[in-house]
Amino acid sequence: MGELGAFLKIKRADTPERSPGERVGDHREFVRLLPLVELKQQGARCMECGVPFCHSGCPLGNLIPDWNDLVYRERFEEASEQLHRTNNFPEFTGRLCPAPCEAACVLEIDEGNAVTIKQIELAIVDRAWEAGWIVPQPPRERTGRSVAVVGSGPSGLAAAQQLNRAGHSVTVLERDETGGGLLRFGVPDFKIEKTVVERRLRQLADEGVEFRYCVEVGVDVDVDAAELLEGYDAVVLATGSRVPRDLPVPGRELEGVHFAMDYLYGQNRAVAGSAEPALTAAGKHVIVIGGGDTGADCVASAHREGAASVTQIELLGEPPVNRPDDLTPWPLWPLKLRTSYALKEGGERSFAVSTTGVSGDGRVERIHWVENTGVPPFAAIPGTEETHPADLVLLAMGFLGPEQQLLDALGVERDARSNAAAPEFATSVPGVFAAGDARRGQSLIVWAIDEGRRCASAVDAWLAADGPAERGTPVAATNGAS
Amino acid sequence: MPNESPDIQQTMPPPRPGAVRSGLYDPAYEHDACGVAFVARLDAVPTHETVLRALTALGNLEHRGAEGADANTGDGAGITVQIPDVFFRAAVDGLPPAGTYGIGVCFLPRDDARRAEIEQLVETTIAAEGQRLLGWRDVPVDEKYVGETAKAYAPVIRQVVVGAAPDLDQDAFERKLYVIRRVAELAAGSDLVVPSFSSRTLVYKGMLSAPQLGGYFPDLVHPSFESAVALIHSRYSTNTFPSWELAHPYRLIAHNGEINTLRGNVNWMRARESQLKSELFGDDLAKVLPVIRPGGSDTAAFDNVLELLVLAGRSLPHALMMMIPEAYEGRDEVPDYLRGFYAYHGCLMEAWDGPAAISFTDGRVIGATLDRNGLRPGRWYETADGWVVLASETGVLDERPENVIRKGRLQPGKLFLVDLAQGRIVPDEELKREIATRRQYAKWVDEETVHLRDLPAPAAPPPPTESLRTRQLLFGYAQEDMKVILAPLARNAEEAVGSMGNDTPLAVLSRRKPLLYSYFKQLFAQVTNPPIDSIREATVMSVTASLGSEHNLLDETPEHARQLVMANPILRDRELEQLRHVRSDIFMSWTIDTTWPAAEGPAGLELGIDRICAEADAALAAGSNILILSDRKAGAERVPIPSLLATSAVHNHLVRAGTRLQAGIVVESGEPRSVHSIATLVGYGAAAVNPYLMLETLAELVELGWLGDEMTADEAQARATKGIAKGLLKTMSKMGISTVPSYCGAQIFEAVGLSPELVERHFTGTATRIGGVGLPEIAEGALSRHARACPAGGDQLLPVLGLYAWRRDGEHHSWNPDTIATLQHAVRAGSYETYEEYSRTVNADSSRRSTLRGLMRFRYAEGGGIPLEDVEPASEIVKRFSTGAMSLGSISREAHETLARAMNSIGGRSNTGEGGEDPVRFTDDRRSKIKQVASGRFGVNINYLTNADELQIKMAQGAKPGEGGQLPGHKVDQYIASVRLTTPGVGLISPPPHHDIYSIEDLKQLIYDLRCANPLARISVKLVAEVGVGTVAAGVAKAGADHVLISGHEGGTGAAPLSSILHAGIPWEIGLAETQQTLLLNDLRSRIWVQTDGQLKTGRDVVVAALLGADEMGFATAPLIAAGCVMMRACHLNTCPVGIATQDPELRKRFTGKPEHIVNFLFFVAEEARTIMAQLGIARFDDLVGRVDLLDPDEAVSAWRARGVDLSAILHSPDVDAARPRRRTQAQAPALEDALDWRLIEAARHAIHGGVPTEAEFAIANVNRTVGGLLSHAIAREHGGLGLPAGTIRFTLRGSAGQSFGAWLAPGVELTLIGDANDYVGKGLSGGVLSLRPPDGAGFVAEENVIAGNTILYGATAGRAFFRGLVGERFAVRNSGASAVVEGVGDHGCEYMTGGIVAVLGRTGRNFAAGMSGGIAYVLDEDGSFALRCNTQLVALEALEDEDIATLLALIEEHGARTGSPVAERLLADWPKALAAFVKVMPNDYRRALEAGVVSAGGDGFYTRETEGAAA
Repeated sequence: MGELGAFLKIKRADTPERSPGERVGDHREFVRLLPLVELKQQGARCMECGVPFCHSGCPLGNLIPDWNDLVYRERFEEASEQLHRTNNFPEFTGRLCPAPCEAACVLEIDEGNAVTIKQIELAIVDRAWEAGWIVPQPPRERTGRSVAVVGSGPSGLAAAQQLNRAGHSVTVLERDETGGGLLRFGVPDFKIEKTVVERRLRQLADEGVEFRYCVEVGVDVDVDAAELLEGYDAVVLATGSRVPRDLPVPGRELEGVHFAMDYLYGQNRAVAGSAEPALTAAGKHVIVIGGGDTGADCVASAHREGAASVTQIELLGEPPVNRPDDLTPWPLWPLKLRTSYALKEGGERSFAVSTTGVSGDGRVERIHWVENTGVPPFAAIPGTEETHPADLVLLAMGFLGPEQQLLDALGVERDARSNAAAPEFATSVPGVFAAGDARRGQSLIVWAIDEGRRCASAVDAWLAADGPAERGTPVAATNGAS
Repeated sequence: MPNESPDIQQTMPPPRPGAVRSGLYDPAYEHDACGVAFVARLDAVPTHETVLRALTALGNLEHRGAEGADANTGDGAGITVQIPDVFFRAAVDGLPPAGTYGIGVCFLPRDDARRAEIEQLVETTIAAEGQRLLGWRDVPVDEKYVGETAKAYAPVIRQVVVGAAPDLDQDAFERKLYVIRRVAELAAGSDLVVPSFSSRTLVYKGMLSAPQLGGYFPDLVHPSFESAVALIHSRYSTNTFPSWELAHPYRLIAHNGEINTLRGNVNWMRARESQLKSELFGDDLAKVLPVIRPGGSDTAAFDNVLELLVLAGRSLPHALMMMIPEAYEGRDEVPDYLRGFYAYHGCLMEAWDGPAAISFTDGRVIGATLDRNGLRPGRWYETADGWVVLASETGVLDERPENVIRKGRLQPGKLFLVDLAQGRIVPDEELKREIATRRQYAKWVDEETVHLRDLPAPAAPPPPTESLRTRQLLFGYAQEDMKVILAPLARNAEEAVGSMGNDTPLAVLSRRKPLLYSYFKQLFAQVTNPPIDSIREATVMSVTASLGSEHNLLDETPEHARQLVMANPILRDRELEQLRHVRSDIFMSWTIDTTWPAAEGPAGLELGIDRICAEADAALAAGSNILILSDRKAGAERVPIPSLLATSAVHNHLVRAGTRLQAGIVVESGEPRSVHSIATLVGYGAAAVNPYLMLETLAELVELGWLGDEMTADEAQARATKGIAKGLLKTMSKMGISTVPSYCGAQIFEAVGLSPELVERHFTGTATRIGGVGLPEIAEGALSRHARACPAGGDQLLPVLGLYAWRRDGEHHSWNPDTIATLQHAVRAGSYETYEEYSRTVNADSSRRSTLRGLMRFRYAEGGGIPLEDVEPASEIVKRFSTGAMSLGSISREAHETLARAMNSIGGRSNTGEGGEDPVRFTDDRRSKIKQVASGRFGVNINYLTNADELQIKMAQGAKPGEGGQLPGHKVDQYIASVRLTTPGVGLISPPPHHDIYSIEDLKQLIYDLRCANPLARISVKLVAEVGVGTVAAGVAKAGADHVLISGHEGGTGAAPLSSILHAGIPWEIGLAETQQTLLLNDLRSRIWVQTDGQLKTGRDVVVAALLGADEMGFATAPLIAAGCVMMRACHLNTCPVGIATQDPELRKRFTGKPEHIVNFLFFVAEEARTIMAQLGIARFDDLVGRVDLLDPDEAVSAWRARGVDLSAILHSPDVDAARPRRRTQAQAPALEDALDWRLIEAARHAIHGGVPTEAEFAIANVNRTVGGLLSHAIAREHGGLGLPAGTIRFTLRGSAGQSFGAWLAPGVELTLIGDANDYVGKGLSGGVLSLRPPDGAGFVAEENVIAGNTILYGATAGRAFFRGLVGERFAVRNSGASAVVEGVGDHGCEYMTGGIVAVLGRTGRNFAAGMSGGIAYVLDEDGSFALRCNTQLVALEALEDEDIATLLALIEEHGARTGSPVAERLLADWPKALAAFVKVMPNDYRRALEAGVVSAGGDGFYTRETEGAAA
């Protein structure tokens, strides 16, 4: 375990970031790593609890106390092994996960003092890449079974890697021009530089995973649903939850009102240099509707484009500054006020605001809203109507579920929320499995990876029961404990 | 219906309940202890007075015996005398001369026909052995002197008189009588019991109380019934089952104590039989085998073996020295010849280890000896007119002081012997020198013994074929083994420590297929014998191990000493190779492969075991004497047989074959890697273990940098080996065993979850009570590990395990993030709904994979039970709840007070734990109703005791039964120290045993002491579940306790070595059920409340506990969790992040628990219990208790059934009268009515109420126990801890004081005893003053004779005591504040002392100041030899400074004034000279604390008016 009582002597070090003023001028990652000495100290703060709530709070069941200790002891190579045991892509989660583990950390009972788990994770994996410890791990032998994974987001990639390592021949089908899903096209470079995604894709390819890009299964003529079912022993649907929630208000049809993802896709392609953006915030009054991460990414991208102003509005009321113990007591994820990195860079924020309409002459020019009570059913408060200039309105209000064409084409049953119904990852169609947001609805990247891993395990078991006797190493869905 | 066989019905005793196994009750676990005494005439003239004196002594020892449910039926009493020739000559016609006839005392069946058969058998045998039958004599008995129960089972007692064949000398005749007896016994089975059969001695005994003996046997009071010696015994058994046979004395001995190593001794003895040869016996020897009569007690077995040794030619003292050797290793003062004697005989026989005072006589000598630990009392005196009297207590006979010329006590390892032929007491040294120099034992040992270290170093073994990782996987290694077990072991040379108990499933219920070791639970001593402090009392401990063949026990030759000796039983690789390649002219080793071909699958395991056993047979036949069981061949092709299975299978096979002693077993295995695994291997027969993979893994850890840059692999291995050896000692010491040879093969474990067939075959004799897995499942476990490792990936990570800390896919923990969080959310929000979510999870968990109670289901009432509102309200049910004993010190003040407040608000009980309580809490809602009295006695004084509703004697704790504890000095802050009545900054040690409880009758005494300290409190005894706990609980009930707590092993919040947390004790379900069944069988259940605890979490748990027999339930972990505990399991580190288990002021601020959280929890639990009660159709909780018929095994839970688990013994309902109460319905008989203190209190009335100075005189006798206790209670009740002003009450007492004289004596009381005293003088002295001196005109020199017994001033907190004379072992043990002067002490003086001052004006015994962390001792060291006898682990010897001189002078002056001591006078007469001879014993910790300025040195502890002012 770390150092006895260190948590009393050493303060939590927040993640170092480049200053807002500096970072808005470029698209490089703004998160920095702590110097080794400090990082070790942060590792020392971990008490290696008898019941590590962090490990339970992490959807992946990351063996957090174990690698915290290894970092404290500066044993990064072992830490990396330990980390990869439960998490195929720690460099993704280390950058993008909101860290429910930290919310569940026992030190967080004294709010604001959690061990900096996420930073430690990132430090481990970045160092592992740098040191060349992360190398392809192709299976020793092949099972002769084939699996198609539809979608190359974190869930699909995790499933693909696990299944491939188990010896199955895996083909990833992706409709975009390259892999990574939202990691590549939804999340801006300043949160995750694309080389980070690429090197991981390369590892998968080197391990033997086949990637086929620009293939929209069930939509494209190239690969139809029947072909998918016939061509592979099993299929994993990891298509994400990509139907955005719309804003049914007067003026919605005006030019300049867009879904956030349309804007972010364009921005990512532009940063990558692969295409000019169709949408730009430069010089505009930008309104971002929705207070979540996607909204924040829009805000920050708009800053970098040189927007005239950026305003982020949120339907819900302003949450309390501290963890509300009656609603979300420790170790639950606390519903409390968080200020996004993007707003630190500038922009306005309003809570308990209901958009009543947008207006303009063909193009959006103004937005109209009214303050609400902050709690459902969000009744408007009379006399609080306001109008603001708006040249670009971005809708970042979440997603409703997976796109339905492929599911229809395959005849996969849906659950009440239009997700693929797959309680144990197997869908109603034999041999077809679902994982990630397509199965559970929009969620965190960490859940996506977990889903991919567990789905792989289900596929593997199904293939074993149904398949040829020749087997490779069984896929490890668990975190390696026994 | 007419009875078909009325005769038999009338004449045969009914079958004895309890004589057979039923349910969980097994008579094999009965214990007894007792009072013993003998009287001898040095002139060897037989007189009737000898017998009368002995009977008087017996009557005065009555309080050491016990009665059962039938108050008139005693547990047993008896007497051994020389054959009274005159008496028999009158009774039997035609007797030949004395010495040529023998008398056999026979207990015969009451069925006439059967009796006739047996008598015929005896007669035939006499004839067949060539002796003459002279006739039978009916022994007259008077039935009015026997209780109803005893009468119902009384045998017909007849004496057979046998004349010697003409050509026999008396010794040969004795041998013939022995042969006759054995032959008849073997043929008759249990129908014939022969208490004695000798031409020299005669035994009368029965199931009688002490005063009944003389009445029941009129022979004994006949004037011509004469003897020069008489040995008597009064028995205290844990049971009440009638047994006439088990009364003492046996043929040669009477015993007070218990043989811990019995199982091993019996096994080894059996193994020896095939080699026995004796010229004296010739062919007769075969007729007497087996030597040990099956079904006898430990004493009976000891007596059986002793008898054989003596009849085969050794003298009685010689044989006793073999069987109970004194501690001689590493002791310079033991002469070489004696060391040689013990070493030599150690090659012949392992010690019979245990707390034992053995009194013995063969009619020619009479004496007594004490085991190496000296844990039983024995006091003797010699008179001017030629009498010698020895007894468990002084004062059993009235003696004029001027007639007494010498007084003494039995000393550890010493023999006390009266030789009638010589007419004198033979001094121990003289006796032993004579015996030890009969032959050249020392020389033989020197010449023949081979030391492992002297063997040539062989070549290294060939390198392994598989990678380290593969082999680690093969043997089930996990990351936790490295991190939690091995790294700390190497780092600290000590086993790692954990906290918060064990919430993982039993091995048999675990889905992770644990290693076989984990099915074995370590047994531990509680109540009936004491565990040992293996660290502080290292002088008696030894890990030396040896190997080789044993030779004929009845002979002695140089070859007998041919043994290979190892410094400890854990061998490094090189040492193993030395053994393997030992030259065959010295020894011959043979390595047996203990792996089986993987290709054979599970079936291969059994074949493998058969092959190994056959190979062992072949190797022995070829002359090998070292068998190496090796799994080095394990790999891709071969699966290792679990090393414990291989070892025990071979061991038991060879025992059965009678060849076990031809070779020692050495285990070379990759599997063992913890203290527990090594302990089980040794316990099941391994003489040594080479844990090669553990050693290799340590080297890997070094290479990986886990152990820092400094440590080399060799060093890591050496430290780990040392750490395990230390842990092995600790494991042995839990059971009170001191040496490895005694532990080896002693099988001191209980199996939980193994099939009876497996155990019967390979772990013969081990208890296994819930069935479980057999060879196929064990094989599958090994194969699954094999499958994981092979074919080798070689580079994969080890599994994490999750046994010591929760991991998502690791071992199941019932406290996990879900259950902890939901419970906390429920109690904080006050939401029963959330609680239900919690209890659903816990209960479901419980059945799926965790606990025995989870495997049971309720038998609900048909028709849906009764309406919920008809069930007793929750507010009544919660009154049955208490919180566990968690000391202030182990938990924070805030947490401790929150628990108390919560429990007080609902009418439940909180428990102080072992750390005292701040007196300011006595009067408010923070008062803990239960005040615990543990071995450290911290904070225990009269004020504390007076302010309790319940006094709980902690015999053991769930987390680490059989062990003591330690609170490091840095945790003892000002406040903690003031509450514990110790010194801030000074570390505190709780000894493993209570030093006033070494046996059941001692417990009875402490219960009596506590009753005196607070007659209104109920007295509780806390036990931990293990096999036999039921019989201990029965003993507790008989000892007069009101309440017994059966703790499960899983509980326990305290810090403990990991092996103890996981491997000692058993689930409460088994222990509680055994207790309930045993109490019911004994009809003792009605007298005592039964409580249980151990991871109780829900209402369902509570109802199961009630049905299994609990009136009350305790909770510890769950209330802590309700108050914010998150199971960090770092309690021992003082870093608790939620302010519970910490004294850090910063962390304590984080405590957010509220009493209402705990209250909510307990009410929720009670509510849930009510809903179950409604469904069961039971309205009152009382009616729930003991209704085991309402529980069924849950057939729906299939996983465990597949593993062979069988709950029928737990759910068994004893076959007793249905009307017999199944819960507590009546109070214990009053115990205090005849206390002397009532007269003291009466005399002190005005002093107590009006402060009027009072003086008075009283006579006192040994039956007056705990004198001053009730008086002190009366004072404390009125005046609190400050008592009365100094000298208000001055009482003088004349005579021999009973035990615990002056216990808890309150300030303001001075007791002067003129005479002498027994054990425990000044126990818990709380401020009073004691002076002891011999009467004027005594015929002996006070300072050379013993004035008081053992364990004086135990736990004294304040006051002064003066002893003019010598005292016994453990003077001032755990003294924390009293000042004392004494003129000489026995071993272990000032042990664990933490404060106060002791001046010893004479010689000390060994191991002075062991564990002494505070206070000061001044020792008069006139011959300069004291340093040799002082244990300087914690103390330094210094010169006196001015301040010391003043203190010492004042004490000696007061000593002189109060006792008239000539020693004081002499010292003061030439003070400067005297002063020069004094040495100051200064604890290092104490010096540091004083220098840090946190305390002023002084003899009065740490009292402040502020804390002590509060009265009851």
